[in-house]
Amino acid sequence: MSAFLAIEGLRLSRGATSVLRGVALAVAKGELVALMGLSGCGKTTVLRTIVGLEGFDEGTIDVDRVALSPGPPPAGGTLRALRARVGMVFQYHGLFDHLSVLDNVTLAPVQVAKLTREAAQARARALLASLGVDEHERAFPRELSGGQAQRVAIARTLAMEPPLLLMDEPTASLDPARRNELGRSLRRLVETDGRTLVVATHDDDFVRDFATRVVILAEGAVVEEGPPGKVLTDPQHAATRFLLQMKARGPAPAAPPPQAPRLRGRAPAPRP
Amino acid sequence: MTRGALVLATGAAALLLAGGARAAETGPPVLRWGGDAEGGAPFVEADPADPSKLRGFDVEIAALVARKLGRTPAFVQVAFQSLDQSAARGDFDLGLSGIEDTPSRRAALAATVPYFEFREVLTVRAADAARFHGLADLRGRRIGTLAGTIAWDALVAAQAADGVVPVSYDDDVHPYEDLAKGRLDAVLLDHVLAARSVRRVAGLRIQPETIATGRYVAILSKENAALRDRIDGILLEAMRDGTLRKIFENWNVWDESQAAFEEKMKTKISLNGHAAGDAAGAPRAAEAQPGAAAFPSSPSKKILSSSSLSLVISYLPSLLKASLVTITLSCLAMALAVLLGVAIASGRVYGNAAVRLVLTAYVEVTRGTPVLLQLFVLYYGLSSVVRLPAFVAALLGLGLNYAAYESEIYRGALEAVPKGQLEAARTLGLTEGQVLRLVRGPQAFRLALAPMTNDFVALLKDSSLVSVVTVVELTKQTAIFATNIASWAVPGALCAALYLAMSLPLARLARRLEGRWKAASA
Repeated sequence: MSAFLAIEGLRLSRGATSVLRGVALAVAKGELVALMGLSGCGKTTVLRTIVGLEGFDEGTIDVDRVALSPGPPPAGGTLRALRARVGMVFQYHGLFDHLSVLDNVTLAPVQVAKLTREAAQARARALLASLGVDEHERAFPRELSGGQAQRVAIARTLAMEPPLLLMDEPTASLDPARRNELGRSLRRLVETDGRTLVVATHDDDFVRDFATRVVILAEGAVVEEGPPGKVLTDPQHAATRFLLQMKARGPAPAAPPPQAPRLRGRAPAPRP
Repeated sequence: MTRGALVLATGAAALLLAGGARAAETGPPVLRWGGDAEGGAPFVEADPADPSKLRGFDVEIAALVARKLGRTPAFVQVAFQSLDQSAARGDFDLGLSGIEDTPSRRAALAATVPYFEFREVLTVRAADAARFHGLADLRGRRIGTLAGTIAWDALVAAQAADGVVPVSYDDDVHPYEDLAKGRLDAVLLDHVLAARSVRRVAGLRIQPETIATGRYVAILSKENAALRDRIDGILLEAMRDGTLRKIFENWNVWDESQAAFEEKMKTKISLNGHAAGDAAGAPRAAEAQPGAAAFPSSPSKKILSSSSLSLVISYLPSLLKASLVTITLSCLAMALAVLLGVAIASGRVYGNAAVRLVLTAYVEVTRGTPVLLQLFVLYYGLSSVVRLPAFVAALLGLGLNYAAYESEIYRGALEAVPKGQLEAARTLGLTEGQVLRLVRGPQAFRLALAPMTNDFVALLKDSSLVSVVTVVELTKQTAIFATNIASWAVPGALCAALYLAMSLPLARLARRLEGRWKAASA
């Protein structure tokens, strides 16, 4: 199966800091890939470059035959083609504070996809119901709990029906029951709707239960990847082991501690 | 510190503070006299040869009075429109600056005997000299003069009778310049001012017809009636012995009519014995007020017998009309400021480096210079390039100035909308224009509403500055009203009430909107 998303040799520096050091990643249609790694390893930056919010210095990104080149973020026709293929749910949801839940979800379908208001509302209500937040459609973002806001943000992105969906820490503000509910919803998206998902997360339980593949990032490069059951139970790389140790001790630290394994030189080549 | 030391220290401080006064007491006593030296020739002006010195016939009269009183003259600069209030407050002993003799002034202050008689004359462009002789020839035409003068009252009366359009100025220089430029068709002012102005501005002609006559007096506070009586004696003596004539001849303002006026005054003195004794007497006040007699519709003649209520009733229509000018001007200027402010803020947030630099320079220059200066430049400074009508200049001046302030509010508000929302909107496929219009703009507007309301109220009050470009708005109309009745109490209260009536509902509306939005999105 050809890759729906193909990233090769992705490098990005901010000043003297190398943020991405040759990330390579191939995601097939219908996969639910989890990106794991310590805070600051580059997970969110990878997602932001795929969705076109950030440019990069070297490498290529290809999303369903839309190719992004090194340089500033894409614009014009490339950006429009990219946006039709990729949606993103942010960790801090970014709901529009001045709009109700329903209006948050219908804004883009009406303004961008040019759906009628009625059609957009019907689609929005179905999505909100499937995520269990339909009773809040008249509420404003500040009236929602973190988990509710997260699910509304997911509905808002799904309403544009992007074939590739990127999610940054979608389970961060969910309790275990809600997390499992969300996981099942995401699996349905992959299995029933044929969508492709890339999820940046710290939540190894979620990854174990719902991801089809896990990719471990450390210091801006992919260090290990494979089925969650294998990678998370029998980690091969020191960075993966460290990540799982940190997870066992408690919440992930904001930055890698000094004793974290240092990676030098170019990152290993991606596995075929 | 002992009690004695404290007393000593306090005494020393008091001595230090009183040092200036003490120095004055040891020399000859001072006669503080007030006038306006700004464009004040030939009354009071800075000497071009030595700007630290003053010259003018009023300067010489002040020196004469001081000498006769055995005092040293000391000049106090006061804006012409504020001379009455300053005299009443006691800022100076004697006011002399081509001050007109009016019943209201006599009622509020101690005015001396008139020392000069002037004629209100029309000045027109030389090309119009054959067709504009009197006010009746100027139907529908714009005639400029100083606000709050006998000439202004004459024009207001002629507005009803002859259909002329009075245009108010704060000084006597710009009306003649605007006449030459074609903004006015005539200027009605004292012949002394007219004569000086036609020498300075080319292409103007003074018409020989006298529209009205008036007289100049010196003013003192009511409490100074005794000093006024002494000064009356000095002025009458100077008429008798020809000293005044010499002063006026020296300044080229002596003519036959002046001679006739002095003759009349001398006859009066010999009839009354000692004229100073009835200095504030009604016969002389009526005699000295031909302007009021010539224009019976002028409210000033009713003043002495009017109650506050009838004053309010007689002035309310003109104040309401002026309020309409204020609110119309403020609303239009605010609309301009908002539109331009949005454009500037958008340019500063979204534009490239060059656009940002130009817009930042505009904002800083506009905020860093007084709006009064900007109004002057727009109306007078640019008049050789573009001759803006007064209302348009006022509208542009206020609108362009406030746009700079509004743009800063909007820029701050735009930048306060969380970046996460903007990125979410972009990844949903919204264009930058849609992000601004549908996500960023509406939220920024809510953030900007409270400071905008604040600015609108400030603009409403700043609109009073536009009187410098001849627009008569509420404050100017109030000042005219106050000058006419020589009191700020009733006009000031009315003016304040009208400003509040305009600003309070607006503040209320803004609060209600804010409350509604807060409830919706809280």
